[in-house]
Amino acid sequence: MTGTPTGLSQAATSNRRPIETARNDFPILDQTVAGKPLVYLDNAATTQKPRRVIDSLRHYYEHDNANVHRGIHELSERATRQYESARDKVRDFINADVREEIIFVRGTTEAINLVAQSYLRPILAAGDEILITEMEHHSNIVPWQLVAEQTGARLRVAPITDSGELLLPTLAEMIGPRTRLLAVTQVSNALGSINPVADIVRLAHEQAVPVLVDGAQAVGHMPVDVRAIGCDFYAFSGHKMYGPTGIGVLYGRRDLLEKMPPWQGGGEMIRSVSFEKTEYNVLPHKFEAGTPHIAGAIGLGVAIDYIEDLGRSAIECHEQDLLAYATGALARVPGLRLVGTAPQKAAILSFLIDGLHPHDISTVLDREGVAVRAGHHCAMPLMARLGIPGTTRASLAFYNKPAEIDALVRGLLQVVAFFNRGRAGG
Amino acid sequence: MDPELRELYQDLILDHGRQPRNFGPLPGYSHRLEGVNPLCGDKLVLYLKVVDDRIEDISFEGAGCAISMASASLMTERLRGRSVDEAMALFDPVHRLLMTGELRPAANSEPGDENLGKVRMLAGVSAFPSRVKCATLAWHTLRAALSGESKPVSTE
Repeated sequence: MTGTPTGLSQAATSNRRPIETARNDFPILDQTVAGKPLVYLDNAATTQKPRRVIDSLRHYYEHDNANVHRGIHELSERATRQYESARDKVRDFINADVREEIIFVRGTTEAINLVAQSYLRPILAAGDEILITEMEHHSNIVPWQLVAEQTGARLRVAPITDSGELLLPTLAEMIGPRTRLLAVTQVSNALGSINPVADIVRLAHEQAVPVLVDGAQAVGHMPVDVRAIGCDFYAFSGHKMYGPTGIGVLYGRRDLLEKMPPWQGGGEMIRSVSFEKTEYNVLPHKFEAGTPHIAGAIGLGVAIDYIEDLGRSAIECHEQDLLAYATGALARVPGLRLVGTAPQKAAILSFLIDGLHPHDISTVLDREGVAVRAGHHCAMPLMARLGIPGTTRASLAFYNKPAEIDALVRGLLQVVAFFNRGRAGG
Repeated sequence: MDPELRELYQDLILDHGRQPRNFGPLPGYSHRLEGVNPLCGDKLVLYLKVVDDRIEDISFEGAGCAISMASASLMTERLRGRSVDEAMALFDPVHRLLMTGELRPAANSEPGDENLGKVRMLAGVSAFPSRVKCATLAWHTLRAALSGESKPVSTE
């Protein structure tokens, strides 16, 4: 599992659905933008949804909509069954030990905030340390800053190399007697770097420090096994893995979750309430106050079915092929420099072009039908570390085609020609 | 190339974007204010030297896209030597131009309208809603600075 995260940990089996035709499952991709075929390369922001997921939302609202865990009637039982079945699918998908370890939340951000406030805040004292890395997304920085402010704890930041790799020996040295948690992303949303999270967990556990892994950019693109990683918490979002927005998952080790207080109060999370005392519900309901995003959870379950039908190893292989193709193709654009060139990379290509600002690049690409992201990618401290204001980022999914990479490169060549017109010697 | 893109990125805009005028800190300034666009991280610092309600000198520094750099550059060219009232009066017509691409109809025109000068070249930005804030950043910062604000201005 460790060391070779892009390797074939499970050989793609031959009875899977072929990936090449899976693009047809995504109705949104079949459209034109500004008169050009849409080329959607902003998958790290959100992925598109296969028809099966879209249909499942519609089916739920048309046939089964009811509140869960409450009604003594057929619809409520159906809704509850499907909602809880989605939890089982998530458990299997990330290989958690028991279903009680799967908490439905709004997304990665909420999952991390839950851990910050419910797990960490009660045990933090002034002078304690929370360790993160320079490549974290704002959602894996700010919740820790908040809890640090509330408790007088200190946020420490492990450095990366210029190519976007974590320095493991330095990270190991920074884990000290005051470290109460290490929070690290599995895949950098801005650089694509894949971190050896199982190795990192081992280093932290040697010093009895628990680890939260931000899996937002990993879970839809490669096999993920939380027990093989060994992490204590794992957070991810449905919408970055072909599921609906507004639903995500916090995985937490059961013994930790049992000890944690609820972080939101309300219905669903209680066993009995009186004005004198409230007894909390058991896991996982203790952390799911209020009516949950039932349709979202069901849709997430269907997204998992969809991914498993294709096979995560097959998805990973295909995306690695696309990454290799795109890396070669972008080299043809004069003045282009990739930002993030770690040897282990997911299919995310951040780049700069000499003399051109990412926003100007993406405005021109948009008129060519090519959707990319421009800016700081919610990682302003990382951009500051790299000494750049932002990048243009093409992030791929298995449904992208080499022809779309070609369209990106054609667009970029036009960008360069367009903006360099009238320049001396150009 | 798309005609709206040509309209947006005219030669003059690219020229000011690449080589912004009045760029750099201003010694002896009377006003200094930071403006940020948190959506994209663009940041600029505007300096003004106001003497007897007249903008004697003006400059800016920062990093941003061609639109935000050109907008700030054109603004500084336009405002040097103007009165504070004239500068403040320009905000609304400029804002309207950037949002709609239109100047006020001649019949309803106000004193600022005919004073836009080369700033008019930014009219093309109105066809790109996600880029309007790039162009308005400098003007928001200007208005806040002349109103005596000291906290950084945000376009959000």
